[in-house]
Amino acid sequence: MAEAAHAQPAWVLLAYLVAGVCFILALRGLSSPESSRRGNRIGMIGMAIAVLTTRATHHIASLPEIVAAMVVGGGIGLVTARKIQMTAMPQLVAAFHSLVGMAAVLVGTAAFLNPEAFGITYGPGLIIPGSRVEMGLGVAIGAVTFSGSVIAFLKLNGNMSGKPIILPLRHLINLGTLVAIIGLIAYFTQDQAPWVYFTVAGLSFAIGFLLIIPIGGADMPVVISMLNSYSGWAAAAMGFTLHNSAMIITGALVGSSGAILSYIMCRAMNRSFISVISGGFGGEAISGAAAEAIDRPWKRGSAEDAAFLMKQADQVIIVPGYGMAVSQAQHALKEMADKLKAEGVRVKYAIHPVAGRMPGHMNVLLAEANVPYDEVFELEDINSEFAQTDVAFVIGANDVTNPAARTDKSSPIYGMPVLDVEKARTVLFVKRSMGGVGYAGVDNELFYRDNTMMLLSDAKKMVEEIVKALG
Amino acid sequence: MDFISILSIFVLACFVGYYVVWSVTPALHTPLMSVTNAISSVIVVGALIAAAAAGSISSKWLGLVAVALASVNIFGGFAVTQRMLSMYRRRERQEDKTHG
Repeated sequence: MAEAAHAQPAWVLLAYLVAGVCFILALRGLSSPESSRRGNRIGMIGMAIAVLTTRATHHIASLPEIVAAMVVGGGIGLVTARKIQMTAMPQLVAAFHSLVGMAAVLVGTAAFLNPEAFGITYGPGLIIPGSRVEMGLGVAIGAVTFSGSVIAFLKLNGNMSGKPIILPLRHLINLGTLVAIIGLIAYFTQDQAPWVYFTVAGLSFAIGFLLIIPIGGADMPVVISMLNSYSGWAAAAMGFTLHNSAMIITGALVGSSGAILSYIMCRAMNRSFISVISGGFGGEAISGAAAEAIDRPWKRGSAEDAAFLMKQADQVIIVPGYGMAVSQAQHALKEMADKLKAEGVRVKYAIHPVAGRMPGHMNVLLAEANVPYDEVFELEDINSEFAQTDVAFVIGANDVTNPAARTDKSSPIYGMPVLDVEKARTVLFVKRSMGGVGYAGVDNELFYRDNTMMLLSDAKKMVEEIVKALG
Repeated sequence: MDFISILSIFVLACFVGYYVVWSVTPALHTPLMSVTNAISSVIVVGALIAAAAAGSISSKWLGLVAVALASVNIFGGFAVTQRMLSMYRRRERQEDKTHG
């Protein structure tokens, strides 16, 4: 009995390996949009192989209940996937992460309560010490993923303020909790008492909340990537417990994927990972700069001015940001671009890696609006082109265009790679009002430049007016 | 499988993941997140084992809830990824390939 899970027949090991390879191919497909759809299908096949192999190798005493659980869960998943608005993708991904985390906690707890079924015992009810460590880690990471993702979801969905919530002594509390969790997992190898297991789980839930609460809305791209990574490590830890190669391969893939995305996001903000997770960024606006800002002269333009300028241009580069997502302006924007193209204007899109609330957020929204992906460029591919561009059309982006990141050493965003929009002959800047500052709480020098024209309005409304003015 | 062979699989898979993910185009980072989400629900394997076992009632129910949660993720994750990927289109006029 004890060796049941460990001595699996060769074909079972092979089947799980094939499932793992399918998942690798699913990610590999994402290297280009053409191959991505096939990759996704291979991923589904991998999942089917994993589920059917488990079904075939275990005596299933409760098949109707399992099928019912799958139908209910799958139904909810499918309906959500079909109905969700593309602008709400960050919330959805956060919600999905929380489910993976919770599933890991439940599986870990089930394994703790019924270790014989998982073949991880060496005596009646006694769990192998090595498996206890894996189980403890799995449940801890799963719990952190769950509670962290719930907070991330609430913040992204607007149920909770995006402002960082700063607790006194939070670093001390977090560190203490972390040490306690690790200590308890170590103790767990000696004493298999339920209180040890459940305290680990409870403390991990708590630290998930504590870790994400102080992180501001604008750092969400990092948080959501980080939680992505955690959900992978949770699956990998469970894979170690169950000696299942499909779970281990997947966990490693997802874990690295999230880690790399976090790294890319941090680099795009020129911030260290540590400074992001210690939180607090974007909390306090720098009042001096903001107050001073209002007195400086700036130019205001109308939709007609913007339409006129862009019609005359050879090339227009559109720079979208989170504001475009908030006002759902992507479809109107596509219409505007089509009108301009009909006038013989070349239109391109420039995407900063941290534009929006998750990696690749802007690309999905533009794709939704039927913008061809070969008109959409990443920062490093298009930045040199602004100098030969007539109009840069900034819509709902702010800090990612701020020249202070290059010039002002005292600025909190100094050193962050930015889009050089001010090198374009004219900058059209769509913004709700002059008062608000970007997430970093810094004023944007760009507003007061001679070649900048501010278009103050809701993003979608402004674009629609420009479309009208273009005739 | 003994611990060392499992560890080997894990370490090698981390390297595979590292190189594969760097080759993902930044335009597809959102689908990357949703599909990694879907595949990490392979944890359903553990949930199925728990739900199938006859030994403990509480373990069985925990397993069933985990199966339901993971299923939300599997079906929702793959479906929403497919929906996003189907939106990525090339431009129709192929003559306009003048970008340098």
